[in-house]
Amino acid sequence: MSVLVYTESENGKLKKAALEVASYAFAVASQLGTTVTAVTFNANDASVLGKHGVSKVLNVSNISQFDAKLYAEALKQASEKEGAKVVILSASTDSKYLAPFLSIGLDAAYASNVVEAPSSVSPFTVKRTGFTNKAFNYTELNSDIKIVGVSTNAFGLVENETSLTTEEYTPILSESNVNIQSVDKATDKVSIADADIVVSGGRGLKGPENWGMIEELAEVLGAATACSKPVSDLGWRPHSEHVGQTGKPVASNLYIAVGISGAIQHLAGINASKVKVVINTDPEAPFFKAADYGIVGDAFEVVPALIEKLKKFKAQNA
Amino acid sequence: MKILVCISHVPDTTSKINFADSDTKFDKNGVQFVINPYDEFGLTRAMWFKEKQGAHVDVVNVGGQETEPTLRKALAIGADGAIRVNTEATDSYSVAKQLAKVVTDGNYDLVIAGRESIDYNGGMVPGMVAALANMHFVNACIGLEIDGSNATAIREIDGGKETVSTVLPLVIGCQKGLVEESDLRIPNMRGIMMARKKPLTVVEPIEVTAKTSSVKFEKPAPRGAVKLVSPDNLDELVNLLHNEAKVI
Repeated sequence: MSVLVYTESENGKLKKAALEVASYAFAVASQLGTTVTAVTFNANDASVLGKHGVSKVLNVSNISQFDAKLYAEALKQASEKEGAKVVILSASTDSKYLAPFLSIGLDAAYASNVVEAPSSVSPFTVKRTGFTNKAFNYTELNSDIKIVGVSTNAFGLVENETSLTTEEYTPILSESNVNIQSVDKATDKVSIADADIVVSGGRGLKGPENWGMIEELAEVLGAATACSKPVSDLGWRPHSEHVGQTGKPVASNLYIAVGISGAIQHLAGINASKVKVVINTDPEAPFFKAADYGIVGDAFEVVPALIEKLKKFKAQNA
Repeated sequence: MKILVCISHVPDTTSKINFADSDTKFDKNGVQFVINPYDEFGLTRAMWFKEKQGAHVDVVNVGGQETEPTLRKALAIGADGAIRVNTEATDSYSVAKQLAKVVTDGNYDLVIAGRESIDYNGGMVPGMVAALANMHFVNACIGLEIDGSNATAIREIDGGKETVSTVLPLVIGCQKGLVEESDLRIPNMRGIMMARKKPLTVVEPIEVTAKTSSVKFEKPAPRGAVKLVSPDNLDELVNLLHNEAKVI
């Protein structure tokens, strides 16, 4: 009985989130006194997983692209083959899509948004976020097999050098019933879900024409760009950039809010970020109560100056 | 086309969250409850299918009698009928089991549910209903067109979007983008009056054993005061982010 982990890749390369869930799986396996088996789909090279505690990789290549139902079937068969009692998933859109299928397929309890290694393995208890980051909830998983969805950047990458074997694995798959027609994906930009740093703009920026400096700041930092709800409602920025309670959740290491006052719904959505910086002209803006670092000042002066400072810093530390 | 919109009864987005009974229960005192915002996008899209394509739209909630005002609000917005499964919503699996029964019994073609609720944020119910009722499923749905029994949906993926085709019967887990915020409807007086006469059917639950149980809640640790940096001293901010916070 190993711990099974679904490690996601993109264009054959494992994502950072894959290394984080592998690290998490190793922590659970250590608690249970067992080893970690990872399932990859069309991965070119899974050797990096050995650094994060994975002993065995099952690489599936009989599905060419993501399909929630078929991936769930593959993971179900892999976990049965390995006799896994615990299956670890990430918080990616794809993981959250397939998790309910896998949960029903394995007759397993599933807890999403988990932020720490299990506080107990008997009963199996995890700490997860709820009320959109306004609280935590300790949840017991009472079924024989348990599925844990780990929040992004919550556990971090932990190195555990392990000897790794890789084998091709060919599950028996049914027919797909949701067919991809087209994919529209910006390949040159960091996505909010994968970003270590997110730079976000609010109504304080006065108009969509002023987003150049937000994008430049993001570029210097290798960050994703995001925006507040009013900004996406006004059509200044696409919905896909809206972060907050009804938008995308953000769990980055650094979140920089420019011209965002910090409505309770916005703060809830970004609260899982580790370090928050706010730049706002209004010292009474609620965001200052939620931030680690604050600058009371005009974004139109502060942001360009900050870009120059960061460029200099990056040049020195390159 | 028969559409079922799943409605979660959740604390308003501005609610202060508190817990009672030694942090084992959510404290409902003074909390205003609303239709889960994610579900509201779905309900609005369902109204469009009703008006443009003659769909019949029911709404459903799993919960006690106190959730009925939320269902009445959905009726006032324009749903044709409401169903309440008369049991406490304990965990996602048991809720999904109850909903799947309603879906199967009612022969619905399309089930629309918010991607997640803003209280538990599980994000499990829509997919579980699809798996249990043996229906197709698209999650994180930001666009949906139905033509006969064919459906074209847009789903959000990390860093972009994907257009998919499938056929009914279908479950979608939806979010903002399925309709715009400005499309959301506030019930008018006529809607509220009509809602009183619309059927709200209470059905008794089926027997289900929950797979998870809540042990206790915890609030995040209070954070330290913000460190203010002068706009004239941005070197200090860079220094703090690098040496103190270690994030750049």
